[in-house]
Amino acid sequence: MSTAITPAAVATDALCAHCGLPVPEGLLEDGAERQFCCSGCHTAFGILHAHGLDSYYGFAERREAPVRASGRSYDEFDHPAFAKLYVTALPNSLSRTELYLEGVHCASCVWLVERVPLLVPGVLRAELDVRRSLAVIEWDIATVPLSRIAQSFDTLGYPPHPFRGVARADMRKREDRAMLVRIGIAGAIAINVMLAALALYAGELNTMDAGFTRFFRWVSFAITIPAFIWPGRVFFTGAWASLRARALHMDLPIAIALAAGFVRGAMNTITNSGPIYFDGLALLIFALLVGRFLQQRGQRMAVDAAEELHAIAPTTARIIENDVSRDIPSEALLPGMLLDVRAGESFPADGVVIHGHSSVNAALLTGESRPASVTVGQMVYAGTLNVASPLRVAVEQAGETSRIANLMRQVEDSAKRRAPIVQMANRMAGLFTAIVLAVAAGTFVIKSQLSSAHALDDAIALLIVTCPCALALATPLAITVAVARAARRGMLIKGGDALELLATPGIIVLDKTGTITEGRITLSVWHGPDWVKPLVLALEEGSSHPLADGFRRAWPDVPTATVSASRHIAGGGLEGTVDGHMVRIGSPRFIQESTVHVDVSLQRVMNDLDHTMTLVQVAIDGVIVAIAGLSDRVRDDALDSLQQLRGRGWRTVMLSGDAQDVVASVGRALAFEAQDSIGAVSPEDKLAFVERLKATSGRTVVMVGDGVNDAAAIAAAHVGIGVHGGAEACLATADIYLTRPGLGALVELTDGSRRTLRVIRRNIALSIGYNLVGASLAVFGLLTPLIAAILMPTSSITVVLGSWYSTTFARPTTTESIS
Amino acid sequence: MSVIYLVLPLAIIIVGGAVLAFVWSAKSGQYDDLETPAVRVLHD
Repeated sequence: MSTAITPAAVATDALCAHCGLPVPEGLLEDGAERQFCCSGCHTAFGILHAHGLDSYYGFAERREAPVRASGRSYDEFDHPAFAKLYVTALPNSLSRTELYLEGVHCASCVWLVERVPLLVPGVLRAELDVRRSLAVIEWDIATVPLSRIAQSFDTLGYPPHPFRGVARADMRKREDRAMLVRIGIAGAIAINVMLAALALYAGELNTMDAGFTRFFRWVSFAITIPAFIWPGRVFFTGAWASLRARALHMDLPIAIALAAGFVRGAMNTITNSGPIYFDGLALLIFALLVGRFLQQRGQRMAVDAAEELHAIAPTTARIIENDVSRDIPSEALLPGMLLDVRAGESFPADGVVIHGHSSVNAALLTGESRPASVTVGQMVYAGTLNVASPLRVAVEQAGETSRIANLMRQVEDSAKRRAPIVQMANRMAGLFTAIVLAVAAGTFVIKSQLSSAHALDDAIALLIVTCPCALALATPLAITVAVARAARRGMLIKGGDALELLATPGIIVLDKTGTITEGRITLSVWHGPDWVKPLVLALEEGSSHPLADGFRRAWPDVPTATVSASRHIAGGGLEGTVDGHMVRIGSPRFIQESTVHVDVSLQRVMNDLDHTMTLVQVAIDGVIVAIAGLSDRVRDDALDSLQQLRGRGWRTVMLSGDAQDVVASVGRALAFEAQDSIGAVSPEDKLAFVERLKATSGRTVVMVGDGVNDAAAIAAAHVGIGVHGGAEACLATADIYLTRPGLGALVELTDGSRRTLRVIRRNIALSIGYNLVGASLAVFGLLTPLIAAILMPTSSITVVLGSWYSTTFARPTTTESIS
Repeated sequence: MSVIYLVLPLAIIIVGGAVLAFVWSAKSGQYDDLETPAVRVLHD
């Protein structure tokens, strides 16, 4: 995910010898036998070659992102605090830890990772789980420190991160195994009971010897008992829990049908008369368990994919102690410690700047896309990005007490407050149970009044045949299939209820920075001669300011001139000598304090420029020669997608921490209603806005965002959606996480949800139809065991096939999908 | 036909063995990761 950084330079035809991606032009080496797309690949190739591991290149699948060795020291991995959190001690002075590896996805990765014991002496075992990108490592702590192992993963192109969910992962593993065991047993029993039933049905037609019939009935009874005691028990415990909680659940009607069928079957076996039902019941248990397992798997995959990204969040801080800097885990930070934060790094804690001045991008926290300048004495907050130059920061609040942690707590609280949405099938279960019980009782009373001998039999047959097997499968299966297909289309859906809610149009609230816009500065206006470009690039080369990035991205193929001296003036701009010229680049205020001459035509251009853009002027030898306007560009598909959403009946609202004038101008361009483009909103206000909308509008409120500043609102909304490249807090709380850029996925989501709901309705109608037929047969005493045995599985199979072949998310484009 | 009285219990015992084997394999974690081992054999 986050490793999918495309090389900035223009790619050529040559392919990288390590990863197979095109090599950027600037990195082509003339006459070299092998070309590499980056130094990471080059290093990895060198290591493989030196160890005689060239057969790596024989495995067909290749990387989709260039290898980027970060070259970090990973010193914090050896810190006692780290060991306490993530490392388990094994006997014989061995240690074990799980590391989340970035960039793992293919057969070659398994091979390479599992060769680490050969590369690093002291590592005894390295085993990779490809799907979850987790490597289990066992090593001898006396021979090799963990940081050394981490470094070697890093040089191979898999930057390691501590995996924070060990306890929960173990619990899930146990749960999964127990479930699998239950399914296996239920399946074995179902098949064998059905074989016995086959003998019975065939025997009925050919007048089998009564002794054999009796034997087969007893055998069926005997092997069905364990199916009820072990795998089938979950339905009874579920039903009991639902009774105690006074919330009706699908397990209740299922348990009633299972119990009625089992008791009646047992009685009929003992008295040797009437139907025994065991084949149908055993199959039912098996089918229901499989359905549940699939549903759980599908949803868990989406949750995992979003949560494992967590591990990528920065976990280390660089502190200065006695003039020596070293890395420690962020968890170990204490107030009063002195932090060294370089340009391009995030602050690990809240603190006061005590040395240096720089600008800080707080978009993560506030949504403001333009960096603000900070200087000695000002507060900086954990999670925000230091953009321009190194800072020394004295820690004031770390960990749990930092502003970001408080925001996260709010997020958790609102996630908890969210009322659980009862799924449609469960809502129906209560009604369904009541009706079935009433009809069964009615059948029994009326029939015994009419002195029918079969009154009890018919009532019980009714209970069994109306077992809502298909009904119980209807919703989960349709949702499972939809969730799996959506995941393939880049939409990770964590809970089925989101699909149900998105099916009816409501209000969609979108964050601006990073959601509607690309979240990065782009050069959109340039007034000036071409010969200035190399000079500008030369100066911007050394700067990590987002504006500099904008220039670099805009002119990837412009050559750079040579800089002989340059300096960065905080809050103003850059100044330097390039090719013998005195070049100054920066804000109009900064430029004009040292220049005398402003061209009239340029002055006119400047006045006409959209004032929401960040203006940059370029002065050469005291004369202003060029003007550039940089802004956060709106995504290409934004207008189109928003119009489609509006066409489907959604109200769209833009909510941003950015200044009102910027928000209003973007809003106008994207055809938002004037009152629906709201700027200068703090994270707390966003939460309040969403809460108010939920309370007053009576419609579904969807929040779409990308940053921590949106996280609380995302958790509070009926459906929260995190967009591609979002912050981890936002991924954690969102119900849906988009893994592909752009807003087109939103349109697809609403369409897919509507189709999914239609499939669910169709499934429910089908299963109720079957139940009506079965129930009427039973009421009139026409239900033979054979018909029951055919009817019950057919209804389930129709529902399964209907869900599987439905086109919920399968269509290739989003625009033509309204059917 | 009466051989069925012997064969059927025998069959059930065999099925019981298979089920026990399955329970053991599931509990020892052989189904935890179904993707990596398939890839791993390619490398040996």
